Amino acid sequence: MSTMQKLLQLPVNAVNMVKNAQGIGQGEEEALSPVTPDGGTQNWYNAVQPEELRHLRFGGGGGGGEWSEEHPVQEEGLTSVQTQPLRHDDLKEMLDSNKDSLKLEAMKRIVAMIARGKNASDLFPAVVKNVACKNIEVKKLVYVYLVRYAEEQQDLALLSISTFQRGLKDPNQLIRASALRVLSSIRVTIIVPIMMLAIKEAASDMSPYVRKTAAHAIPKLHSLDPEQKDQLIEVIEKLLADKTTLVAGSVVMAFEEVCPDRIDLIHKNYRKLCNLLIDVEEWGQVVIINMLTRYARTQFLNPNVNESLLEESGERAFYASDDDEEDEDKKAEEAALPKRKPYVMDPDHRLLLRNTKPLLQSRNAAVVMAVAQLYFHLAPKAEVGVIAKALVRLMRSHSEVQYVVLQNVATMSIKRRGMFEPYLKSFYIRSTDPTQIKILKLEVLTNLANETNISTILREFQTYIKSMDKDFVAASIQAIGRCATNIGEVRDTCLNGLVQLLSNRDELVVAESVVVIKKLLQMQPEQHSDIIKHMAKLIDNIQVPMARASILWLIGEYCEHVPKISPDVLRKMAKSFTNEEDIVKLQIINLAAKLYLTNSKQTKLLTQYVLNLAKYDQNYDIRDRARFIRQLIVPTDKSGALSKYAKKLFLALKPAPVLESPFKDRDHFQLGSLSHLLNAKAGGYQELPDWPESAPDPSVRNQEEVIDSSEGRIGLLGDWRESGPPSSTLLEQSSGAEDRKRGRKAVKNQKSASESESESESSESEEEESEEESGEESESDTDIRKKKTPVSKQPPKQSKKESKKETQEMSLLDLDDFEPTTATAPVTPVNFMSSSLVSDLEGLSLTDSILAPTTIAPSGSIKMYELLHRIKGEGLAVEYCFSRQPFSPDPNMVAVQIQFTNNTNSETKNLHIEEPKLQSGMRVREFSEIEVLAAGDSVTVVMGIDFCDSTQAANFQLCTHTRKFFVTIQPPVGELMTPAFLTENDFKKEQENLLDGKLMGMNEISEKLSLGEKCVNEHIIVERVTATANLSRVPCGSDKECRFAGKTVSSGCLVLVTVATKEGVGAQLTVNCEKMVIGTMLVKDILQALSQ
Amino acid sequence: MIHSLFLVNASGDIFLEKHWKSVVSRSVCDYFFEALERATEPENVPPVIPTPHHYLINVLRHRIYFVAVIQSEVPPLFVIEFLHRVVDTFQDYFGVCTEAAIKDNVVVVYELLEEMLDNGFPLATESNILKELIKPPTILRTVVNTITGSTNVGEQLPTGQLSVVPWRRTGVKYTNNEAYFDVVEEIDAIIDKSGSTITAEIQGVVDACVKLTGMPDLTLSFMNPRLLDDVSFHPCVRFKRWEAERILSFIPPDGNFRLLSYHVSSQNLVAIPVYVKHNISFREGSSQGRFELTLGPKQTMGKAVESVLVSSQLPRGVLNANLNASQGTYTFDPVTKLLSWDVGKINPQKLPSLKGSVSLQAGAFKPDENPTINIQFKIQQLAISGLKVNRLDMYGEKYKPFKGIKYMTKAGKFQVRT
Repeated sequence: MSTMQKLLQLPVNAVNMVKNAQGIGQGEEEALSPVTPDGGTQNWYNAVQPEELRHLRFGGGGGGGEWSEEHPVQEEGLTSVQTQPLRHDDLKEMLDSNKDSLKLEAMKRIVAMIARGKNASDLFPAVVKNVACKNIEVKKLVYVYLVRYAEEQQDLALLSISTFQRGLKDPNQLIRASALRVLSSIRVTIIVPIMMLAIKEAASDMSPYVRKTAAHAIPKLHSLDPEQKDQLIEVIEKLLADKTTLVAGSVVMAFEEVCPDRIDLIHKNYRKLCNLLIDVEEWGQVVIINMLTRYARTQFLNPNVNESLLEESGERAFYASDDDEEDEDKKAEEAALPKRKPYVMDPDHRLLLRNTKPLLQSRNAAVVMAVAQLYFHLAPKAEVGVIAKALVRLMRSHSEVQYVVLQNVATMSIKRRGMFEPYLKSFYIRSTDPTQIKILKLEVLTNLANETNISTILREFQTYIKSMDKDFVAASIQAIGRCATNIGEVRDTCLNGLVQLLSNRDELVVAESVVVIKKLLQMQPEQHSDIIKHMAKLIDNIQVPMARASILWLIGEYCEHVPKISPDVLRKMAKSFTNEEDIVKLQIINLAAKLYLTNSKQTKLLTQYVLNLAKYDQNYDIRDRARFIRQLIVPTDKSGALSKYAKKLFLALKPAPVLESPFKDRDHFQLGSLSHLLNAKAGGYQELPDWPESAPDPSVRNQEEVIDSSEGRIGLLGDWRESGPPSSTLLEQSSGAEDRKRGRKAVKNQKSASESESESESSESEEEESEEESGEESESDTDIRKKKTPVSKQPPKQSKKESKKETQEMSLLDLDDFEPTTATAPVTPVNFMSSSLVSDLEGLSLTDSILAPTTIAPSGSIKMYELLHRIKGEGLAVEYCFSRQPFSPDPNMVAVQIQFTNNTNSETKNLHIEEPKLQSGMRVREFSEIEVLAAGDSVTVVMGIDFCDSTQAANFQLCTHTRKFFVTIQPPVGELMTPAFLTENDFKKEQENLLDGKLMGMNEISEKLSLGEKCVNEHIIVERVTATANLSRVPCGSDKECRFAGKTVSSGCLVLVTVATKEGVGAQLTVNCEKMVIGTMLVKDILQALSQ
Repeated sequence: MIHSLFLVNASGDIFLEKHWKSVVSRSVCDYFFEALERATEPENVPPVIPTPHHYLINVLRHRIYFVAVIQSEVPPLFVIEFLHRVVDTFQDYFGVCTEAAIKDNVVVVYELLEEMLDNGFPLATESNILKELIKPPTILRTVVNTITGSTNVGEQLPTGQLSVVPWRRTGVKYTNNEAYFDVVEEIDAIIDKSGSTITAEIQGVVDACVKLTGMPDLTLSFMNPRLLDDVSFHPCVRFKRWEAERILSFIPPDGNFRLLSYHVSSQNLVAIPVYVKHNISFREGSSQGRFELTLGPKQTMGKAVESVLVSSQLPRGVLNANLNASQGTYTFDPVTKLLSWDVGKINPQKLPSLKGSVSLQAGAFKPDENPTINIQFKIQQLAISGLKVNRLDMYGEKYKPFKGIKYMTKAGKFQVRT
């Protein structure tokens, strides 16, 4: 802490320092200038001078950052030596003045200097004094200056530290954040301990924004002092556990910079990151996705492991990603490889793929690319196709984006050609494309060429050859060559086309054609001696060295096919040998050697002549080659055993070259990365690891999963709840916010569970295992992985549970486990009476108050409805539910439990109801006014509404001290009744009464239905019915029938429900009720609940 | 991530530099200038240039190169996308993004860059948040500031960054509440010599200008949403709602923004609104070539084709063009060999034509390539794909906004090969 103390005393010393610095300013500057990073030299100063002077002489009029033009003529009279002492004095004066406007003006001009790269470091003492200025803009500009020059003036920079330290304690989160931001940006080693302390403190700040800033500060400190790494990793670990979207992106960024190899830190946060991803800001998404790609490569198995064993060439085209299709595929593959152990995708792997997919729709090209590379590296082959469309979309973007995307598409199209085939035409080239884009498109087109589309592609290529852009034409010719080597059928057509190009007027075109023809001819030289002859004629005209060399090599190689022409070509070349380029010379030597071996009679002298010329060539390569060849082919007494084999050496059959894409095998770099683009490892690049042979233990990712929803954003997926109601098979907790999040989870989990089920039967065993586990453990264990399996297998267990009292207690305990972790203030447990419980415990005497807290929550018996969305309510979220409690002040009213959550940063006051607009007869009993609702708090109240046994909505205004919101409560029909306890006989009697009493049939509504898949037993039926309507079960002798009874709240009419199950899934639903409307609606609701 | 940024103008001068970490000498740009020299065209500079210690990633917009210096691995698109976002922000603030505009507003530029990146990592890129932090300069404000000495920097602390809808400012107030949506479609097509379509696609965007008080929640539905094959959204759009119901539901940012861009599936037949009859021929040995162009409307759904502009890069051997335009004016630049013809509106009764001769360099060979013809046009009140907005509803606020929807079809990259 000694450094700290020193620092606190520092300002006193520093003031002296300022004085000194001002005094010695110029001298110091002279010394400094050569080492300034701008490379400012004396010359450079001279150039600057006039400009700075102008301000001096004209009083620096005009707005800040004015750009003066340089008038060297005007300044002629002044030499740099004279002006040097006057530099910036006016600025210093302005900075010292009391007027903020002058200070601002000065700062603006200084910032303008910095922007132009001029040195303004000598103003440091004058500027830094203003760090505590009241004016915000001056302050901000001082920060800009400080961050820029603090490194060079470390001692003086310390002056400002105390200001920031004060800022760190400010009650306003934004000021805390900005203080930390600037403090951590000052690259002065001496304050490392202060920074460390500030970061640690900020990492546990209440405000997520400050925590985000702390995450940003971590890499800054790390680059300043790498020795702090261990401590920083601790902070990263802590921040990784943060549950807000604001922090997630920044901390992963810090993780990537400081400790990308500490993959173990991710385990516990993996699922959270996957789930938060959609709501993270776009830049954070990119970083997280890239990191998760690497993570997944270390933790999961290769989903294509079976396919990679199959022949790659038998590639099929997959475009769709429907799950059925995928399943079919899987089955097909499994059938093909019966012996292999079927691959089962880890649910976490699936989670990642599913949660990233919607991001393909992002407007940000970097996000789309990140998802695309994730799918390319991680997804099963059949699913990769989805990324093609999004990548093709990016091609409409700026040319730089196109460039990068095309590079990646080129790599992908080699591995997964089928993926881009449907988009072939999107890669057609326009004359207005920049050349580099054209060449990349050509690359993609070539990769996509196959037997079926080659004719279209070649027709396109023909147009390209006529282009005015010669570089592009050359690339097109090479592309034709590659198509010809890859696709045998079109080889002759291509060759003919290329030969025609040999008569093109443009030499570059001809040269390129020659080179390509040479490669093609190597494949089948016998049939093409006329082409070789044609090319021999060209040697007189073509000047491009590469082309000449190619022709000479061809003639030499196939001299037996053109025995008459070849010696003549050698003669010509011998004549021009000295003027040729090096590669041509080498080929002349080769040609001579080959001819000497096959036709020594005619060419002996020529060869010797050429070799003699080569012996005295300037290039040592050529001299060496000549020496080597002479020894080899010209038999002398000294020549060794090798000369016997000279012919074999020179005229060996050479394999035809394989024309390969330069993008082949680039996919060992992570796609979308800088390293991939450059095809070289960039600094800081993290290798994409190979898939592990066997998956590491997946349980490392298990963790307590509680997400604080109050700070979540409404992102793309923000409103899950609107599209999918919370799953009804999970235990619902009392906190509203909790419910929602968990509902979201549950929907996802259910899906994934059914998916993983369908993926393979072998997962069955695993499921059973985990079911046992979760049977032992409590229901509300929040771990997804375990949760997943119970979801699909819930029904039987649920019944077990309810029959046992112990389990009920257990769920109570779990509730406790839950509460401390929620960030929103715990809500008092809702006292409600589950009607199914009531029916279960019917024989006992009922006392609400005792039983209420121990309620188990059968599926969805309490469903929260939204009264006021927190966005519409400007931070006030209101939800309500029908608690099914009798409303004590008025038994004819339905009790509505309303929960207010204040998501704003300020208190909300005087919450009450005004101006109910009700249908005739309806009545409302308001709750007593809530005086204060503190920020982040929740409160629950109960109000009573008499709906008059109709489902008409009750409208009223919800008022706070500032605003009024119109809200509506509409009850489902099932909530308009209370349970009535009847015996079996009573039930029958009442039923008959109803039927006999008045018009027959009017009071009975009967409907046939087929039960949904999950309504397998009586218990589920009871559960579903009681969830839909507030009824109680009536004991019944027959196990094929379930009976329920209730009364409407307002008028007390009996409601009797009978569900008679038949063979299979058939069932008969009967509702008896005097109120026809209620009866009809109830039938509808129950029908829906049962047939789901 | 991003270490430094240099702005380089067309003549190769660095006119602005900004460093987020320690200072990188501007001499690093020499590598960029080398690449610039090598490139024949300004747009042919490779976007990523490796140097011994750094990597330079640049984008070219409005004839200014934005050169970012990075030191280690970072997804190149990340940087490119960010640089484009910077340009968009400048354009948003200053109306144009030119060297002069940047120099005039250098302090605002610096303040913006400071807020947009922290230690090289993007911090606030949403225009709505930035505008809360730094007010865009207007003439009025400049005058007021000079007189009163007040500042461009927002007085209150910005809360947008903390809000649940970071793209929207809080406390928006308007006297006239309006929401305008422009559906703009572009046709990208390549037409071959004989007039048949080689490839044609429709790309569309829905741009919005929303000036609504408070926190409105809008829904926009289409009559025929199935037309949209591939879409990308502004982050404000609720994706799940779209997936489930094909309805755009969103809390809009304040001001101008791009709500949606889409692609109409290429399987659908694309209506080509104009046709071109051309006869461009050069004879061997002659120094004259014939040039004839006639334009006509094709499938325009009864709407007028306007603002037609034809341009063509003639072969290098062409010296001059003596042409006669039946309508509009044409220009030929003998240096760049660019022929452009401003046609205006196509009158179906009297088709516009451009006829005449082009003179070639004496003794030059007949050019073996024919020029490509690029066409631009506009059709008002028509979305060529047939996309139609069904309705726009607002929730969450009580007033009645004024709503407007405009359709337009434009030529994108529309080329005719001859």
